[in-house]
Amino acid sequence: MTSHEHAAPVARRLLTPGVLMLLALVGAAMIFAIIRFAFGLSVATNLDQQHPWGIWIAIDVATGVALAAGGFTSAALVYVFNRNRFHSLVRPALLTAMLGYTFVGMGLMADLGRYYNIWHPALPSMWQGNSVLFEVGMCVMCYLTVLYIEFLPLVCERFIGDTGRPRLARLCARIDRVVRRTMFVFILAGVVLSCLHQSSLGHLMVIAPTKMHALWYTPLLGLLFLLSAAAVGFPMIIVESLWSSWSFSRQPEMHLLRELARFIPPLLGVYLAFIIGNMAVRETYGELRTVSPQTVCFGIEVAAGVVLPLVMLLMDRVRRSPRLLLTACLLIVFGVAFNRINVFLVAYQPPFAERAYFPSVGEIVVTTGLMAGLVLVYRVIVTYLPVLTPTSRSVAT
Amino acid sequence: MKSSANRRWFLKSLALAGAPVVCPTVEADETDGHESGATSSGTMGVLMDITQCVGCRKCEYACGQAAGFNVPPIETFDDRAVFENDRRPGPASYTVVNRYAAGESPERFVKVNCLHCNEPACASACLVGALQKTATGAVVYDPWKCMGCRYCMVACPFQIPAYEYDNAFTPQVRKCTMCADRIANGARVPACVEICPKECLIYGRRDELLALAHDRIRQHPDRYVEHIYGEHEAGGASWLYLSDRRFADLGFVAVPAAAPSHLTETLQHAVFKHWAPPACLYGLLGAIMWLSRRPDDEPKTSPAVPTMPPRLKGAVS
Repeated sequence: MTSHEHAAPVARRLLTPGVLMLLALVGAAMIFAIIRFAFGLSVATNLDQQHPWGIWIAIDVATGVALAAGGFTSAALVYVFNRNRFHSLVRPALLTAMLGYTFVGMGLMADLGRYYNIWHPALPSMWQGNSVLFEVGMCVMCYLTVLYIEFLPLVCERFIGDTGRPRLARLCARIDRVVRRTMFVFILAGVVLSCLHQSSLGHLMVIAPTKMHALWYTPLLGLLFLLSAAAVGFPMIIVESLWSSWSFSRQPEMHLLRELARFIPPLLGVYLAFIIGNMAVRETYGELRTVSPQTVCFGIEVAAGVVLPLVMLLMDRVRRSPRLLLTACLLIVFGVAFNRINVFLVAYQPPFAERAYFPSVGEIVVTTGLMAGLVLVYRVIVTYLPVLTPTSRSVAT
Repeated sequence: MKSSANRRWFLKSLALAGAPVVCPTVEADETDGHESGATSSGTMGVLMDITQCVGCRKCEYACGQAAGFNVPPIETFDDRAVFENDRRPGPASYTVVNRYAAGESPERFVKVNCLHCNEPACASACLVGALQKTATGAVVYDPWKCMGCRYCMVACPFQIPAYEYDNAFTPQVRKCTMCADRIANGARVPACVEICPKECLIYGRRDELLALAHDRIRQHPDRYVEHIYGEHEAGGASWLYLSDRRFADLGFVAVPAAAPSHLTETLQHAVFKHWAPPACLYGLLGAIMWLSRRPDDEPKTSPAVPTMPPRLKGAVS
């Protein structure tokens, strides 16, 4: 059933020095997580009455959701627009999205004061349809479910035909048949749910107009979030692909990545057009005349995170070179991540703040630990499940 | 202590009757109407006349008692050293009084607490409805619903909700309740209004408090600035302030008249209007999926497509 062109488990040793380092980061995060859950947010974080949200929201949740956009963008490209040649990129992107959202949930659990009530939005008696956060919560919950369903065939594939476990193999075959037949429903739902909550994540800060710096505040914040999520999806896939090729000593799938990179400039261009158009309409460009942490951050975000990679990716030379392509895509990933941090932290200027917010050691360690944990679980899953497609044949063609 | 209810009732009437030589006695009759309004459908509120406050901080004491906080003896509230720094309401104090001195003009005191907005941003933000605007006007909190996401703190333009970060297991959002529980149990007015010796706090129906405030400004244009803080801020609030000094000089934040929740709720409901936009997007994507299908694509015929997914064929056929 599994041919050489198909995705297959990576036959490599799991415990490498890199993996051990990831384990150490996860272990450190666990220590601080224990401190947070045992002694409360005040001990583990630098949050205060003026700054209710820190990096656990800005990075673990907001950036995490944005950078998991490769899941819905690749699903849209391959299944909705039927660009089948990119099919081998879907599985890793799907895995990243599934893990990304799972870790978003874990990061959120650490941040919520009453984490044990995290299921409350599922209770109709508590539905609060006016709340943007309610929509984000519902969409993320539904989308996480959709992602797990979309991932089921990969798990089933692993066990179908397993003669040692005939019962499990039969069960997997049955699940596989049902899921594949109805998959288009979930793929479409995943794209729609993603568009909804990616934009709603930006809507969140629209409720605080008096606290937000003018450079980022706009009623179109939701649209900008959606456009930037759409623009960062393919760069994330490229970064992951190049990274895992390097990590597993494989040939990078440049023939595919080069093609995929051609979609990025239009997406990034639309995002940039809306940034500039929004500034022009709201006349916020005047803010840039003053030098403040906010204007510097905005300048770096747009210049290094949007304009520079856009110009780079318009060049064929950049798209052909793994190193330059990786650089451009990393810049985009940085730009979108920095945008989320800027919107949720840098732009947020509460009226009675006595000091600025800067994350505590505990917050930073937990955040890096979550990222390390994600990479670790990714590594484990691609080792045992058919996610990555070997590239030796493809390079030859 | 004497029968505090009677004393309060007397002082209350006195206040509205114009002890601060502001209102004619006509207002006293309406006071009865105000009071009964607390139990009917009228939105209640409090008017603070900043020109009347002497900064005794008795309201802080009474508030702490009513809210069940661990409050020091009442004498300690005479300590004026606390005025050196501006304070904010916190997880263990629903209200604080700050002092503002400006050159030769007399010092002024401002009682800071939740304004109980007519269209509270916190309640609009809360995803589980833990914050609610009640029929009487108070914005109240239900810890059993709360997830502790603290989005209410992000949303509040007055930066009022405070969080119990020290509490590891059952932290709550803390803010003034306008003594909703006390009043439901028969109290006539909030604890701070009851204890206020100068009657600079008046509890009553919001529309009547507004009329009273406008009346005072009209009769004493020389004394008051022509601005009732809370009349329009953030869509209007139950708590209203009269002042003889610009509110910007008294620690009040400038908040536009539109309720912050208007824009977000409009956007939110537009995106979900009759579920049409999501359904249309779903249909549109489905149509593209159907139209762009390539039934002829067979994996073996095209080496450029190394992994033509079997499930894709199932998906589009």
